[in-house]
Amino acid sequence: MLLRTKLYGHTFEFGGITELLAKANEEKSGDRGAGIAAASVAERVAARLVLAEVTLETLRANPAVPYDEDEVTRVIDDAVNETIFDEIRTWTVGGFREWLLADATTGEMIRRVSNALTGEMVAAVTKLMSNLDLMLAARKLPVTAHCNNTIGLPGRLASRNQPNHPTDDVDGIRAEIYEGLSYGSGDSVIGINPSDDTVGSVARLLEMSHEVIERWEIPTQNCLLAHVTTQMDAMRRGAPVGLVFQSLAGSQRANESFGIEVGMLDEAHAMAKRHCFPTGPNYMYFETGQGTALSADAHNGADQLVMEARNYGLAKRYDPYQVNTVVGFIGPEYLYDAVQITRAGLEDHFMGKLTGISMGVDVCYTNHAVASQNDIENLAVLLTAAGANFFIGVPLGDDSMLSYQATSFHDAPSLRQLLDKRPLPEFEAWLEDLGLMRDGVLTERAGDASLFLTR
Amino acid sequence: MPRTDIEAIVEAVVAELRAGGHLSEAGSAGTGAGSTPSSAVSGTTAAASTPPVDPDPTVPHIDLPDPSEPEQRYAVGVDDPIDPEGIANLRAATTARIAAGRSGPRPRTSSLLLFQGDHGVAQDAIYGTVDEDLLARFDLFRVGTEVTDQDTYLLRPDLGRRLSAEAKATIAERCVKGPQVQIVVGAGLSAAAVNNQLGQILPVITDGLRAAGISLGTPFFIDHARVGVMNDVGEATDAEAVLLLIGERPGLGVADALSAYMGYRPRAGKTDADRDLICMITDQGGTNPLEGGAYVVELLQQMLRHQASGVALRQATTGAES
Repeated sequence: MLLRTKLYGHTFEFGGITELLAKANEEKSGDRGAGIAAASVAERVAARLVLAEVTLETLRANPAVPYDEDEVTRVIDDAVNETIFDEIRTWTVGGFREWLLADATTGEMIRRVSNALTGEMVAAVTKLMSNLDLMLAARKLPVTAHCNNTIGLPGRLASRNQPNHPTDDVDGIRAEIYEGLSYGSGDSVIGINPSDDTVGSVARLLEMSHEVIERWEIPTQNCLLAHVTTQMDAMRRGAPVGLVFQSLAGSQRANESFGIEVGMLDEAHAMAKRHCFPTGPNYMYFETGQGTALSADAHNGADQLVMEARNYGLAKRYDPYQVNTVVGFIGPEYLYDAVQITRAGLEDHFMGKLTGISMGVDVCYTNHAVASQNDIENLAVLLTAAGANFFIGVPLGDDSMLSYQATSFHDAPSLRQLLDKRPLPEFEAWLEDLGLMRDGVLTERAGDASLFLTR
Repeated sequence: MPRTDIEAIVEAVVAELRAGGHLSEAGSAGTGAGSTPSSAVSGTTAAASTPPVDPDPTVPHIDLPDPSEPEQRYAVGVDDPIDPEGIANLRAATTARIAAGRSGPRPRTSSLLLFQGDHGVAQDAIYGTVDEDLLARFDLFRVGTEVTDQDTYLLRPDLGRRLSAEAKATIAERCVKGPQVQIVVGAGLSAAAVNNQLGQILPVITDGLRAAGISLGTPFFIDHARVGVMNDVGEATDAEAVLLLIGERPGLGVADALSAYMGYRPRAGKTDADRDLICMITDQGGTNPLEGGAYVVELLQQMLRHQASGVALRQATTGAES
């Protein structure tokens, strides 16, 4: 294998595909901390020059973790459509980028090619794309899914109602659900991160959120973002579950650090199809984020973009209703500042769509990152333009349990108004019936949680 | 004016404000959200002074009360709610920023600015230091990880998961070997969490464990520690279970929350899946430290009984229930 180029009279040579991919990656503090980032900006561009000439079959033959050692690699590779792969195997990464952006290439054509891609191919082409490239290409790739309503249609933007509470107080969480609903947040899911991961506590919150959905006949679903095994226990006890959730990572070892394996996810998916109360057929919800594999010391020398792309290949196995990257949650050791968080958000959304999953973003940051609420408002606008399926909604952007800031209940209607988007169709009709929205704009009644005390 | 006179005046004004319900009791824990007693007193005292009469409307006389105080923080911002009493009850049900009101789809000016203030305070809290007297009170000696400064701590979590060679030598020299429970403390991303919660939670835990007949190791404090350092602590002390009390990254307006991480036989290679966690231990809207300490004792006892932690403990306990 020879991977070499000259640039401005200097020769740059790379030792292997994993190294080349890492050095071609946009600057991320996580890659730098792992000691795999390009040493200079020139070296980064040199890596991209070489990567643009690498073929897709070379990338398939060089996964971040070998096929025999890693079940995530096997899940993705075994799912490749060989007929389609034979058509694209000799494409270069640079050629692939241009094909994605060409006006003659339709979303339908890309969707077909998605069935022959591995995470390494998805990440490779992403490294050659600018921010606007990522938005324009993602916009071509709507991915829809259905549970109790339809997510992902063009012109629609959903919001997860995330009513977290530091001690899982039932009345507190219910009050936050009402607040969110009054702003039109909750069409993606009413999804609660429990502070207490025990089955009793999780079942109690499932019951409460399901009761709200029933009483107000809301076309949506609930979800408790506990460990998947806790949710399975809750289902065994007969608790009402809308979506089954789990955090994913891009290698077998990293998933072990989350206490999960493919067999366990298969079992959860099968149980969800037998147990969940909504119409379906999409019952799974996953969260991901660049840096998780490195955080578990299970990245095998690969960069965080490659590991993230592999998450989406794994998620696709379960036909998820929705997936989101929690882009700024992990902290400055992986994404240092607003520039890196913005880039990662655009990358992850595009990669999810290119993989073929219903992709949203938790546009967020922590207090030790170099970022502010203005930065995530910016990113939310970019992602709305790019066609993101959903964002997170928390009261005024402040999650009182997870200690981070995300997009707010107010942001969903603001973004919809700014870029002419509507809530999910079934949910919009419900909002109109209740008199909370008219022609895509909040009415005078909206923003008053006490409306939900009247039934 | 002599200092004693100033203090007397301040005291009188504060007493008057308390009587009128304008000032909450000072002295509650917390460096978050500018709620320290000194800033509350100075802010409200200033607000209470008599405004000079100024006839010129272009010369401002603005003298504001502190918007981070509960009265303003938890005010209802919704105009003409359907159920005024109901919305007040909803507001009182959570510390989350609900019943905020809006202008168009955007937040009101007061909530926007309070949010910005809270974010500023949280950022300022990240670089705090742990109170030395507190460490002395609990006989916690200091050791370090491979991290040497705060920037490296933020950027290199891997180094924060490893005890320094010097730390290992100190532990070998000073610690009891093979206890049932080894307690260690770290500032993590919030020194304020240790400063405000440790004094309450640690006695509950040590008394509770001793009462249950559980043997304790020699506790110590670790500078620049990450949660993963528990593995090194387990190896260095040969403890059956390790408890790490560590400051969480500051949230908005709550900059002093402590987490309790626990693991059964933490050794090299153990991960988050092998650990149990009680998070958000704080007086400010989380699990209060006395209650948190009781949970910790209960969980550690379970851990020792089942000889497992994390996912394995969950499987062991649900297996036992069914």
